[in-house]
Amino acid sequence: MIFNEVFECMDPESLKNIQFERLKEIVKYVSVQSSFYKKKFAEMGVTPKTIKGISDIKKLPFTTKEDMRDNYPFGLLCMPLKQIAEVHVSSGTTGNPTVVGYSKEDVDLWGEVMARALCCAGAERGDMIQIAYGYGLFTGGLGLHYGSHKLGLTVIPCSSGQTKRQLKLMTDFKPRILACTPSYALFMADEARELGLNLHKSSWEIGIFGAEPWSESMRREIEKTWDMLATDVYGLSEIIGPGVSQECQHKKGLHIFSDVFFPEIIDPKTGKEVPEGEPGELVVTTLTKKGMPLIRYRTRDIVSINYEKCQCGRTLPRVSKIKGRTDDMIIVRGINVFPSQIEHVLLTVEGTNPHYQLIVDRKSGGMDELEILVEVEQKFFSDEVKKLQTIEQKIKKEMESTLGFSAKVRLVEPRTIERSEGKAKRVIDKRKI
Amino acid sequence: MKITQISVFLENKSGRLYDAVSLLGKKKINIRALTIAESEDYGILRLVVDKPALAAESLKKDGFVANITDIVAVEIADTPGGLAKVLGALSKDKIDVEYMYAFVEKQSGKALMVFRFENIDKAVRSLAKNKFVIVGKKEIQSL
Repeated sequence: MIFNEVFECMDPESLKNIQFERLKEIVKYVSVQSSFYKKKFAEMGVTPKTIKGISDIKKLPFTTKEDMRDNYPFGLLCMPLKQIAEVHVSSGTTGNPTVVGYSKEDVDLWGEVMARALCCAGAERGDMIQIAYGYGLFTGGLGLHYGSHKLGLTVIPCSSGQTKRQLKLMTDFKPRILACTPSYALFMADEARELGLNLHKSSWEIGIFGAEPWSESMRREIEKTWDMLATDVYGLSEIIGPGVSQECQHKKGLHIFSDVFFPEIIDPKTGKEVPEGEPGELVVTTLTKKGMPLIRYRTRDIVSINYEKCQCGRTLPRVSKIKGRTDDMIIVRGINVFPSQIEHVLLTVEGTNPHYQLIVDRKSGGMDELEILVEVEQKFFSDEVKKLQTIEQKIKKEMESTLGFSAKVRLVEPRTIERSEGKAKRVIDKRKI
Repeated sequence: MKITQISVFLENKSGRLYDAVSLLGKKKINIRALTIAESEDYGILRLVVDKPALAAESLKKDGFVANITDIVAVEIADTPGGLAKVLGALSKDKIDVEYMYAFVEKQSGKALMVFRFENIDKAVRSLAKNKFVIVGKKEIQSL
């Protein structure tokens, strides 16, 4: 089933017209409502009149993660805070988190695009869905929740964790759809085996997996293990959360809902568009959002795009799985982690210097683990073990409150962290994704 | 009355203890007493040596994290109950021992223990009052 056939199967010319009309509107809207864009547009000498066709989007300035940080918390809102229906928060690069405000219409839009995504994966009205993404500030849980209601699914709002209970509810309620991170799907398989469950008899037929990078081999493993269809969902809170793009049952790229989220693929160095099919940074303009619309937002995700019509009938372009990042962000258990956040924490813990390294590994059960190596400094070293342990604990606690999950902290000797040309290697990713 | 202890941070990886003690050997520094406190990922090597200043400097120069702490070396009768007597006196004066370990050498009929106290001055006063023999820097060097 296609949730919104009008937009999802529209002929490319009509779609372009709609995108153009919407772009004109949103540029007009932000140049009135947003002091941030007013200033940015003035600096580049652009006005709503600049937009004479959809390709004129290239004349508009980019918006970056740094802009979000510099305007923390509400500087990018385009309406009074009182009219904001909901706020979500994700990791920032340093100190302050990234804040996104949704108007009532934006929450409706979120439900619409997530309903399209669910249908795209094969969900049908009346199905039951088990949502094992975290509910709360993280957009995963609520995004799936709104979309499920919009489509008319029966929701089991499990949130993440409590694996035994997840498996019991699956066995007893028999939901057809599972939504969680792909690594959690594998983690649950291990637990299910231990409980003696027959994995092939699970009720899950369709998986909506996202919030972290995963590979084709991981897909095969999940599909074989659970005997289910594993599809990829993509999104980022700055744009809306999950529901920016979604794979259909043909699994040949993620359909991006380009009537509302206009995609461009650019060379991250030059900012120029790359040819179709070539890898580049995904840049998204929210064409219809009202609370916090973003113009040409740099996602820092490296993907390629395909404009051909899909076998499923959708004409929406397809974006590849994420091939990499333009920055050093890593995703651990669905949570964005920036090395700069770690550095910031270490600087606030007395006596420590930011000589650190992050090691990410995926345990056999499928869960990611983050280990933070911190070099011992002369000034906080002590002959007493308990004093070093106190520092370790303090770092661990601060990290947990910043990152939102528990990481292992290990003290190491100075200069053990590899430095190449004077620049330390901050992240070692051992996961075979 | 106090003597100097060197402590060294050692990651739990093979060869690190060897690296530290062989460096001291090369510098002709003699180890009089040592102990290792360990956690899952690292250990703290604590040493009493004949040339503490040189030892600390050499270790730091070689990339080790090392620092110095004041400790107290006390003669203990090498008979059953000898150590209990010292600890009993300290306990009576409400003095806490952070940790302690024994010397390699023995003087005739005496054992030598080193103590790390939270409050070293108070501990020294208590030991002196109870007529225990505290071994000084010079005696350590000439052992």
